[in-house]
Amino acid sequence: MPRTGVFVCWCGSNIGGVIDCPGIAAQAAGFPAVVHSVDYKYLCSEPGQNMIIQAVREHRLDRVVVASCSPRLHEETFRKVLARAGLNPYLVEMANIREHCTWVHGAEKEQAQAKALALVRRAVAKANRLEPLFESTIPVTKRCLIVGGGIAGIQTALDVADAGHEVVLVEREPTIGGNMVKLDKTFPTLDCSACISTPKMAAVAAHPDIRLYTCAEIEKVTGYIGNFEVTIRRKARYVDHEKCTGCGTCWEKCPMQVPSEFNAGLGQRKAIYIPFPQAVPNKPVIDREHCRYFTTGKCQVCAKLCPAGAVDYEQEDEVFTEKVGALVAATGFQLFNWSRVYGEYGYGRYPDVITGLQFERLVNAAGPTGGKILRPSDGSAPRTVVFIKCVGSRDESKGRSYCSRICCMYTAKHALQVLEKVPGAQVYVFYMDVRTAGKGYEEFYQRAVREGVVYVRGRVSKVYRDGERLVVRGVDTLLGRPVEVDADLVVLATAVEPAAGAGETARLLGINADRDGFFQEAHPKLRPVETHTGGVFLAGACSSPKDIPDTVAQASGAAAKVVGLLSREQLSTNPMIAQVNETLCTGCFLCVPVCPYKALERRKITELLPGHPPREREVAGVNPGLCQGCGACNAVCRAGAVEVRGFTNEQLLAEVDALCL
Amino acid sequence: MRLNLTVATRDGTEFVRRVEAESGQKVADCYQCGKCTAGCPVTFAMDLMPHQVVRLLQLGLGDEILESKTIWLCSTCATCTTRCPRNIDLARLMDTLRSTARSAGRTKAGKGIAQFNEVFLDSVRRYGRAHELGIGLRYNLKTGKLFKDSDLARGWFLRGRLKVAVPKIRGVAEIDRIFNEIKRMEGGK
Repeated sequence: MPRTGVFVCWCGSNIGGVIDCPGIAAQAAGFPAVVHSVDYKYLCSEPGQNMIIQAVREHRLDRVVVASCSPRLHEETFRKVLARAGLNPYLVEMANIREHCTWVHGAEKEQAQAKALALVRRAVAKANRLEPLFESTIPVTKRCLIVGGGIAGIQTALDVADAGHEVVLVEREPTIGGNMVKLDKTFPTLDCSACISTPKMAAVAAHPDIRLYTCAEIEKVTGYIGNFEVTIRRKARYVDHEKCTGCGTCWEKCPMQVPSEFNAGLGQRKAIYIPFPQAVPNKPVIDREHCRYFTTGKCQVCAKLCPAGAVDYEQEDEVFTEKVGALVAATGFQLFNWSRVYGEYGYGRYPDVITGLQFERLVNAAGPTGGKILRPSDGSAPRTVVFIKCVGSRDESKGRSYCSRICCMYTAKHALQVLEKVPGAQVYVFYMDVRTAGKGYEEFYQRAVREGVVYVRGRVSKVYRDGERLVVRGVDTLLGRPVEVDADLVVLATAVEPAAGAGETARLLGINADRDGFFQEAHPKLRPVETHTGGVFLAGACSSPKDIPDTVAQASGAAAKVVGLLSREQLSTNPMIAQVNETLCTGCFLCVPVCPYKALERRKITELLPGHPPREREVAGVNPGLCQGCGACNAVCRAGAVEVRGFTNEQLLAEVDALCL
Repeated sequence: MRLNLTVATRDGTEFVRRVEAESGQKVADCYQCGKCTAGCPVTFAMDLMPHQVVRLLQLGLGDEILESKTIWLCSTCATCTTRCPRNIDLARLMDTLRSTARSAGRTKAGKGIAQFNEVFLDSVRRYGRAHELGIGLRYNLKTGKLFKDSDLARGWFLRGRLKVAVPKIRGVAEIDRIFNEIKRMEGGK
C-alpha cells in the first residue's frame, strides 16, 4: 500500500478566495492510502516546498499529490521538490484546481468546492498507481545539417560554424544566396542587397567548418535528436568542380539560350551557366534539359573549349549520408503563381504586367536591363507605373488568407525607385491597408507618399490592354468613386508562399506544416525556432513570411538553439514515452503509421515458451530518441500492448473511476 | 462616373501646387484617418466631407472642390486643425481654397456666402467696422430676398443690437489704404 500525502495550495486568493482549502484537505485525508493531508498559502514558495520535503520525511510518504495550478506551470518545480526529498521525481501528481476550477467557477463557489474535491480524488487515485520512472541518456553527434542556402541558412551556418561546430549546408540550386541576392536594394535603409549578402556567401564557401553541397537535396532522414543520419542526393552538374577554374569560356560559347530563372524569366542564360556573376560556388553547371548535346547528341562545344577539361557528360548523381546531431529547415519562400488564377489581371498574357521580384531584377544594375526600368514588351521607359498590392494575399477566393508581410514595404521602395529613375513618372499604388510595422518602416512609407507616390485605397478589379497602354480599373474607397489609370507598367505584389517542395521537406524531417504549408513552430511565441520534433529547428521564411531583418534574427536564434544542443556531451530523455509489452503485441503494426514522429518500428524478438522450441516473431518497438509521448499508438493498439509511461491504462482508468463512481 | 487618375494628376498638379504654396500645407501628409470629418460641426450641410477635400487635392481634382459648397460652409472654427495628427492646418487650406475660388470667379456653389463676404468687407472698408443694419439690408437687396431674417430684426432693435447710426472709426483712411494695398498685391483685381 502506498503512503500518499495531499497538499492543497491556496495560491493566495486565486484558489483560497473561492473554495475552502482546509475543508478539501480534511476530506482528502479520508481518501484511499492518504496518510497526510494539509493546506498552505503558497506551496511553490521556498517555505511551501520545504514543508513538502519535511512531510515526506516525517510521514514516510512515497506518493505526493499537489492540488494547485496547471502542471504546465509548476509540475517541474514539484518534481524537483520530490527529488530533493529523496523520492523519484515522477511520483508526484497534480490536481489543477486553479485554471480548471476556481478561475472559471468564481461565481459558483459551492459547485467549485465539489469540483475541486473531485479533482483531488482523481489525482489521489492516479498517484496511488504511479511508478518510478528513470531518464536515460543518449550521445550527441556534434554536427548540424541545414536545408536551404538562402540568407536564413547562410546566417545559421555561419553562426553555428563560428561557435566551433561542423555544418553541412544543402542547397538544391546551383548557387547559395536564395531570394535575397536577387533583390536590388533593401528597405528601409536602401542598402544594396548584393553588397550585404555576397560577402556572407563568400564567407560560407571559405569557412573551414562548413561543408557546402549545391545542386543537392535531402532524400531520407533517420534517427533522432543528437543522432540523425541524412541521405543526400547531389545531382549531376556535368562539370567537375575540382578541375573547373570558373574561367567562363564555356558559357560564353554555348549556343543555347534559355530564360534565366535568376532574372525571373526577364533575361537569358546559356545551357551551361552560372546563375549570376557572384554565384557561390562560382563554377558552371549544365542544364541537361536544354543542353544541345543532351537533347540532340551533337555539340560538345563546352567540352572542346574547356582548357581544364572539366566538362564531364558522364557524371552521375551522387548519393551519400551525413551524420549530424541537429537539423535546421531554412527552405524559404517563393512567390504565388498569380497567372493561373488572376484572369482579371490578364493571366500573365500582358508582358507589361510583372511581379515584384521581376521588378527587382529590372531595377537591379546587374539585371537584364542594367538597372534601367524598361517595359518588357517594347523596351521603352514607362511614364505611368501602377503597383497592385495583396495579389494572392488576403484573398481567400484565389490565393491565401494571410498577409504576406513584406509587400507593403517593398512596394513603397519600388515606387520610390520609379520616381528616382524615371524623372516625371507618375506612380500609383492600389492598397487595402498599408502595414508598416518595423523600425523606420512607417517613416519610409511616408517618404514615398511625400515624394509624390499616389496611394489609392481599393482593390483593382481589372487590367486590360488598350492599344499600347494598360488600363487599370479600381476604386478609391476613400472618395467612394471608381477610378482608372492609363498605365505603361503594372507591378503585382504577389503573395509569399512556402518554397516548392516544402511539404516533402517537412515529411522527411518529421515536422508539421500549418494549413498554408508553412512549417509549424513548437510555440508561436515562446518557442518560435523549435519544432515538435526534438533536434529539428526552423529559420527564416519557411515558418511564415518574413523580411530580411526578421529572417536573420530568427536564423541566429536557431543557431543559438543548435549550439546549445551540440555543446552538450549527452542528452537525458523524457521517460514519459511509449513502451511496448512484447508479450501482448500481436504484430499488427497499426501503431506504426499513426505515429507522427516515426518512433515506432518493427522489431524481431525470439520468444521462449515452455514446451516449445524458440520462436522468432515481429513486434512493435519504440525508439526512445524519437518518441514524444503523444499517446497516438496507445489509442490505436487493439491488444493494449502499447502504453505511455506515466499515463498507463491502469492509471487513467483509476482516474475515471475516481471521478465517476 | 469613372475617374481617370492619369488625366487628373496630369491636369491638376499645377492647381495643387499653387494651393500648397499659398496655404503652406502639404496635402500628401494626410493619411486619410478622417479625424477632421469626425470632429467638424458643419458636416451636416456639406456636400464633400473635409477629408474628401484633401483626398481630391491629393488626386489633383481641384475643379470638384471649387464646385462644392463645403469650402464656403467651413466656419474656420479650426477643430480639424487642432486635432489633425499630421499637423495639417485644414482651416487654412479651406481659406486658401475660398480665396482661390473667388479670384477664379468661381463662387457659384457658395454664392450667398461669397456675396455676404463682399458686403461685410465693404462695410469694414467704409466705416472701419461692421455696420450690422447696413450689411443686412444690402445683403438682402443683393440676394433679392428682401425680408430674409426680418423677423429677427425687431428683437434686435428693442435690445439695442441693431443701430441705425453709422459707427465710423477715426482711421478710415488707413483702412482704405490697407484695402488698396491688398488689391495691388493681388494684381489689381
